[in-house]
Amino acid sequence: MAIILDHINYIYDADTAMAHAALSDINLAIPDGQFIGLIGHTGSGKSTLIQHLNGLVKPTSGNVYYNGKDINDPDFNKKELRAKVGLVFQYPEHQLFETDCFADVCFGPKNLGLDKKEVELRAYEALKMVGLPDEYFYQSPFDLSGGQKRRVAIAGVIAMKPEVLILDEPTAGLDPKGRDEILDLITSLHDKMGITVVLVSHSMEDVANYVERIIVMNKGKVMFDDLPKNVFAHYKELEEVGLAAPQVTYVMQELAAAGIPVTTDATTIEEARTEILKDFNK
Amino acid sequence: MNKKEMISTDNLTFEYIRRDEEGNVEGITTAIDNVSLDVQKGQFIAILGHNGSGKSTLAKHFNALLFPTEGSVWVDGMNTEDDSHLWNIRQEAGMIFQNPDNQIIGQVVEEDVGFGPENMGVPTKEIWERVEESLKAVGMYEFRKKSPNHLSGGQKQRVSIAGVIAMHPKCIIMDEPTAMLDPNGRKDVIRAARALNDVEGITIILITHYMEEVVYADKVFVMDKGHVEMQGTPREIFSQVDKLQELRLGVPQVTLLAHELRKSGLAIPEGILTREELVDELKKIYR
Amino acid sequence: MLRDITLGQYYQTDSIIHKLDPRVKIVTTLMFIVSLFIVDNFIGYIIAALFLIMEIKLSKVPVKFIFKGMKSIFFLLMITMLFNLFLTPGEAIIQIWKLTITREGLILAIRMGIRLIFLITGSSIMTLTTTPNNLTDGLEKLMNPLKKVHVPVHEISMMMSIALRFIPILLEETDKIMKAQIARGADFESGSIMKRAKALVPLLVPLFISAFRRANDLAMAMEARCYRGGDGRTKMKPLIYQKRDYIAYAVVLLYIVLCIVIGRILL
Repeated sequence: MAIILDHINYIYDADTAMAHAALSDINLAIPDGQFIGLIGHTGSGKSTLIQHLNGLVKPTSGNVYYNGKDINDPDFNKKELRAKVGLVFQYPEHQLFETDCFADVCFGPKNLGLDKKEVELRAYEALKMVGLPDEYFYQSPFDLSGGQKRRVAIAGVIAMKPEVLILDEPTAGLDPKGRDEILDLITSLHDKMGITVVLVSHSMEDVANYVERIIVMNKGKVMFDDLPKNVFAHYKELEEVGLAAPQVTYVMQELAAAGIPVTTDATTIEEARTEILKDFNK
Repeated sequence: MNKKEMISTDNLTFEYIRRDEEGNVEGITTAIDNVSLDVQKGQFIAILGHNGSGKSTLAKHFNALLFPTEGSVWVDGMNTEDDSHLWNIRQEAGMIFQNPDNQIIGQVVEEDVGFGPENMGVPTKEIWERVEESLKAVGMYEFRKKSPNHLSGGQKQRVSIAGVIAMHPKCIIMDEPTAMLDPNGRKDVIRAARALNDVEGITIILITHYMEEVVYADKVFVMDKGHVEMQGTPREIFSQVDKLQELRLGVPQVTLLAHELRKSGLAIPEGILTREELVDELKKIYR
Repeated sequence: MLRDITLGQYYQTDSIIHKLDPRVKIVTTLMFIVSLFIVDNFIGYIIAALFLIMEIKLSKVPVKFIFKGMKSIFFLLMITMLFNLFLTPGEAIIQIWKLTITREGLILAIRMGIRLIFLITGSSIMTLTTTPNNLTDGLEKLMNPLKKVHVPVHEISMMMSIALRFIPILLEETDKIMKAQIARGADFESGSIMKRAKALVPLLVPLFISAFRRANDLAMAMEARCYRGGDGRTKMKPLIYQKRDYIAYAVVLLYIVLCIVIGRILL
C-alpha cells in the first residue's frame, strides 16, 4: 500500500467570507505499481488533490498516509517524501532555470543531499530515460523545442528516483506528436521501472489507451473510481458534468442502440475494431 | 488582384537568421518555404500542422506582424509591405493568440474589448455600442464588469475574440486559440468562431493541431516543414489517413476507426468525419 | 502563500466618493497630506480628523476594513514612535534604566503617530474607492501638462495599468513555481541569509523568463490591435468633471484654508 487518503477535506480561504470546499470527503487508496488516470475538468479539485499526495498542501481535515505513516505528522520527513512522491506540475518547462539541461536535472538530487557523483549519475540516467539526445545535455534548456523542454523537466523529477510519479496534464499545449511521445514515455517509466503513475488529464481519449484505473473528480468529490470501461459506461453522467467518454464508446453505444449486437465496453480503437469485425464477419 | 480574395500569398518565403550567444550567425532557418495560397472572403479556413511546421509564422504574415523575406502577402488587396496600409490591414485582419492571459490588456472585460476601437480613434459613444455588440456576439456580455483574472481560459479567449470583433474586421486569424484550454473551453471558442463565420460572414482562419476542430472548415491546409503539404475539403484531407499519420497529426478517433475497419475489409468510404456518419455507414452494411 | 498580499486594494460599493472623478481624489489626498504638515496643534488635528471621518462616512467603506490594512504598517509605526520617544533630547520626565523619555520626545512621538495614521488612512480611502485603472487614468490626465516638456505621460500610465493587470498573474505564477521547486526538494525557509538568497535563484530565474515571455506576447497582441501610442487615441471612459466634482474641490479648498488659518495664523 503506497498512499492512502482518509476522509480528506480541504477548504479554500477558510475563515473568510470566500471559503469554499475544494475537496470534500476524499477516500482513496493508491497501491504500488498502478497506472491511474485522474480526470476532471478545470476546478474539479484534481490539482488540489494531487498536491495533498506529497504534502504541498495540508488537508483541512483527514489524513494522508504514505506506507502507513501520516505525512502531516510534525516529525515526518517531508523532504524525503517529496523524493518518493514526485510531482510534475502543469507546463513543467516553466520551472527550468539552470544554464544547461544537465545542471537543471541535477537540482532535485542535489537537494536530497547526495554526493556529487551520485547526483550526476542520476541526472545522466534520467536524461537518458526521457530520451533526450546526448548533444542537448549541455545546451541551454531554453533553446530546445517545447516537447524536449518538457522531457528535461520530467527528467528533473525522475532523477529523484520517485516511487510514485504524479503528472498534472503532462500533454497540455503539445501537438499530437509531442503528446504521443510524452504519453509513451510515461508508459515506459511505468512498465520498465515499476513506478506508480497518477496521470492527471481532462482528455479521456488520452487516458483510455494507457491506464488501468480511472478516478473521475467532480466538484471536489470522487464521482467514479473504476476500470476504464466501467467508467465510460456512465458516459451520460460524464457528459452532464462536462466530460466526455472516448468517441469509440459513443459509436459502440449507438450501434447497440440501433440493434446491432456489439458489446459496448470498448474504450480503444483496437478494441472497437475487433468487436465490430466480430459482428460483421459472421 | 481579385476582389473576392481576403488573403493571398504569392511565393511567400520567410527566413530568419539564427545566432549563438555571442551574436555570431549560426545558420539560416527557412520557416516558410515558397507558399502560395488564397483565402476567399467569407470562408472558414483551417491550417493544420504540428509545432514547428511554420503555421504560426504564416499567420503572423496575415496581420503584418511579420514580413516576407521573398514573395508577397496581400490582405484584401493591400500589400502588407506597403506602410501606408499597415493600420488598415491590422484593423481588417484581427488576430487571436494562443495564451489567453497574455493578450488581455484591460483590467475589466469591457475595457479590454474597447482597447482596439480606442486605438483606432473611434468616438466614445460608438466604442460603447461596439463593445456591447461584440460581447453579446461571443456570449460574454454578462461578464462585462468582471476582472479577466476571474475568468476561465475559454472565457478569456472569447473576450479576446470580442476585442477583435469590436474593431469590425473582415477576417479573424486565430493562432492556436484552443491549445491551452480544456475541452469545454475549446468547444466554446470554436462555437464562437463558427457563429461569427455563419452569422456575420467574417472570414476565419483557424490554426490548430486539433483535427476535430477542422471538421466544419470550408478548406483545410496542412503545413509541414514550411510547405503546404496537403489542401482540400476536410473530407478530402481526412481520406488520406496514412499520410496524416505519417505527418504525425492526430486523426480523430472515428476517422481512424473507420479507416481501420475499411482496411479490414468492411465497405466503408474514406473520409468519415463524424460518429453519426460512421454509425450510419455501419448500419447500412449490417442490413 | 502569496494570496495575502494585497496591492491597491479596491472596496466595491456604491458611494459618492466612489463616483468622484479620480483627479479629485488624487488632488484631495495630496492636499490632505500637505494639511497634516501645515497644522501643528491639536485643534488642527481635530479638524483633520473630522475631515477624515467625513470621508470615511461618505465612502461607505467599513472602518474595520480600513484598519485591517493598517496592521501591516503597525510595526513601522511603532518603531518611528519609539525612536522619537526615546531619542529626542529635552526635559526628562521618566527614566527607565538607561532610556529617558523627554517631554519633547513624548509630544513628537504622539505627533508623528497621528500624522502617520492620518496619512495612511487618507491615502487608503483613495485606493479603496478608486479602481486602479481609474487611478492611472486620473494620473495621466493630471500629468497631461507635462507632455509639453516631453514627459511620456501616456506611456507611463499605460505601463502602470499593464503592471497592475499582471501583478496578480505573476503572484500566482510565483506561488506555482515555488511549489514546483519545493516538490523538487528546494528549501526556501531554512538556512542562513546567504543560503536563502541563493535558494531564490530557482524561483526568480523562471519568473523573469516568464515575465519577459508575457511582455513579448502582450506587445505583439497590442500591435495586432492597432496600438500605436497615445496620439489619435480616443477614450472609452473619458474623464469629465461633474457638478459633484466641483463641489468636492470647493470642500477641499475650504478645508485647506481652514487649516492654514487655524494652524498658522491664529496660533
